[in-house]
Amino acid sequence: MAKALLDKVWDAHTVRTLPSGQTQLFFGLHLIHEVTSPQAFQMLREMGLRVRFPERTFATIDHIVPTASQVRPFRDALAEEMTAHLVSNCKEFGVPLFDLDSGRQGIVHIIGPELGLTQPGMTIACGDSHTSTHGALGALAFGIGTSQVRDVLATQCLGMDKPKLRQIRVVGSLARGVYAKDVILAIIHRLGVKGGVGYAYEYAGSAIQAMSMEERLTICNMSIEGGARVGYVNPDATTFAYLRGRPFAPQGEAFDRAVTWWTSMATDPDATFDDVFHLDAASIEPMVTWGINPGQSVGVGEPIPHPAEAPETDRAAWAEALAFMSFEPGRPIVGTPIDVAFIGSCTNARLSDLRAAAEVARGRKVARGLRALVVPGSQAVAKAAEAEGLHEIFQAAGFDWRKAGCSLCLGMNEDKLTGREICASSSNRNFKGRQGSPTGRTLLMSPTMVAAAAIAGEVTDVREWLR
Amino acid sequence: MPARYLKSVTFEGLERHIFEDDRRHAPDHPFNHPRYHGASILIVGRNFGSGSSREHAPEGLRRWGIRGLVGESFAEIFIGNCIALGLPCLTLAPEDVMWLMEAVARNPEQEIVLDVEHRVVTFGDRTIPARLADAHHHQLVTGTWNATGALLEAGEAIDRVAKRLPYISGY
Repeated sequence: MAKALLDKVWDAHTVRTLPSGQTQLFFGLHLIHEVTSPQAFQMLREMGLRVRFPERTFATIDHIVPTASQVRPFRDALAEEMTAHLVSNCKEFGVPLFDLDSGRQGIVHIIGPELGLTQPGMTIACGDSHTSTHGALGALAFGIGTSQVRDVLATQCLGMDKPKLRQIRVVGSLARGVYAKDVILAIIHRLGVKGGVGYAYEYAGSAIQAMSMEERLTICNMSIEGGARVGYVNPDATTFAYLRGRPFAPQGEAFDRAVTWWTSMATDPDATFDDVFHLDAASIEPMVTWGINPGQSVGVGEPIPHPAEAPETDRAAWAEALAFMSFEPGRPIVGTPIDVAFIGSCTNARLSDLRAAAEVARGRKVARGLRALVVPGSQAVAKAAEAEGLHEIFQAAGFDWRKAGCSLCLGMNEDKLTGREICASSSNRNFKGRQGSPTGRTLLMSPTMVAAAAIAGEVTDVREWLR
Repeated sequence: MPARYLKSVTFEGLERHIFEDDRRHAPDHPFNHPRYHGASILIVGRNFGSGSSREHAPEGLRRWGIRGLVGESFAEIFIGNCIALGLPCLTLAPEDVMWLMEAVARNPEQEIVLDVEHRVVTFGDRTIPARLADAHHHQLVTGTWNATGALLEAGEAIDRVAKRLPYISGY
């Protein structure tokens, strides 16, 4: 019988059926960081357990790390304490840590693929919602909670319900100035922020196949924002070319044998799905969110919608969002003044993101009074960008060039909004208070749209800024 | 739970920050209202817990005194975290949630019963059918929501799966 990647990977990692009826699923890779691991290690200690597969577990520090100066001890005592806990826990339990002096530190969802840890056909767990990112390489990657982090540390397994499968077919070509970020925002806009609950998303179609690995990572990253806990792209030649030569990828002839296995794990041509959703790539505009969830978005050429246009069940939520944002329905989203511009996060802080944004920033100046920062997703991204001189382009334009970390995506470090500031952000969530100020406002968009907004001082259509 | 309170190495004290930003801007928020202090059941709307994927949110609720939730729907990771703490999350039809909210507002002293075993919610003389996934039902009723023990029981079967995976055993 024809099978999808979801079925094949699920079956290959099934240990048994639990008394609850759930599947006991083995996880081939467990990524941990300083925020969701300390309590898990403490629970492990209290239960007298060790880490079952320390060689399948890797740690980094990303959420709370400052991005201006990363000299220890950090000024923020709590950040310092969390870092110290991670270092000592990794040492005690024998877990490799990509620390600040490793040259390999960065946002967990950037470094997994970058180091070749993330591979097709794997099951991956990490105590972070955006773990779905790793699905871009053809893995099943689940965001989990702290008690589940404890379980994976102790057993390398979790009790899981197999999700249903929806194929999302994006066909055709993207218009100039439209990026992977716009595609995933458009998908979430169309299917809703809970449209994917209970589903895994398989992204397919000519537009997805034509994408680079970094673009696919952006797409899969935001699966969870559409309610789907996992999202993946079938492994193909792009995937294999991306992995070849990476430090943790198979080397030499083993790589070719791996390609054979990886290929065998891809969805069979005649596999069936619980649901299929079609999207025409050419119909997608650069997207901007106007509300307080990632589904509340419009094409940059469109006006901010009126709650009366919403499906009846969403009307109150739209009104609440507009009230929080202090936005007037009917007014164009273009021209919305911004205070802060943020290029970074596990969604959009890879080299290709920084290159595209630098192209917009080149030879231009950030609007007066506006705070703009570029935060590379990893030390490796920073190094590669600096080798190309991207940091100088950003700095000459008035952007702050920072060190690797989650930064302003989530307000858990020194990078925060203050008061009612509006931030044009290449990150993934625009929930109330997400960027560190309870009343701060977030407009999600692509990195090039953020760069253009930084220069214009307001939301603008990046297509008018491309050279 | 505002994300800034996720920065901690223990869960202690999280109960103070439950809905903190909402409460500050809404003085009549139920968590501010003395009449609801000591409440153990939280009645919520749609997609509750969306964006609260960390244990900190259910840990905060539990430490505040919440022992069970009833609502129209729950975010997937949030509900998993609640069950892992032994906090049942029952879902009701939208009109039943509305009715329950209004009934409780009219009569906050009346006891609500979440009958996890029989999947019903009782308020006064009305009993409302509720939904709870079979797996969660089994874990709650048998007291096996702390999953570590059940997973460890698989023993060597775990190693056998690891050994048959080419990316672990070698290509």
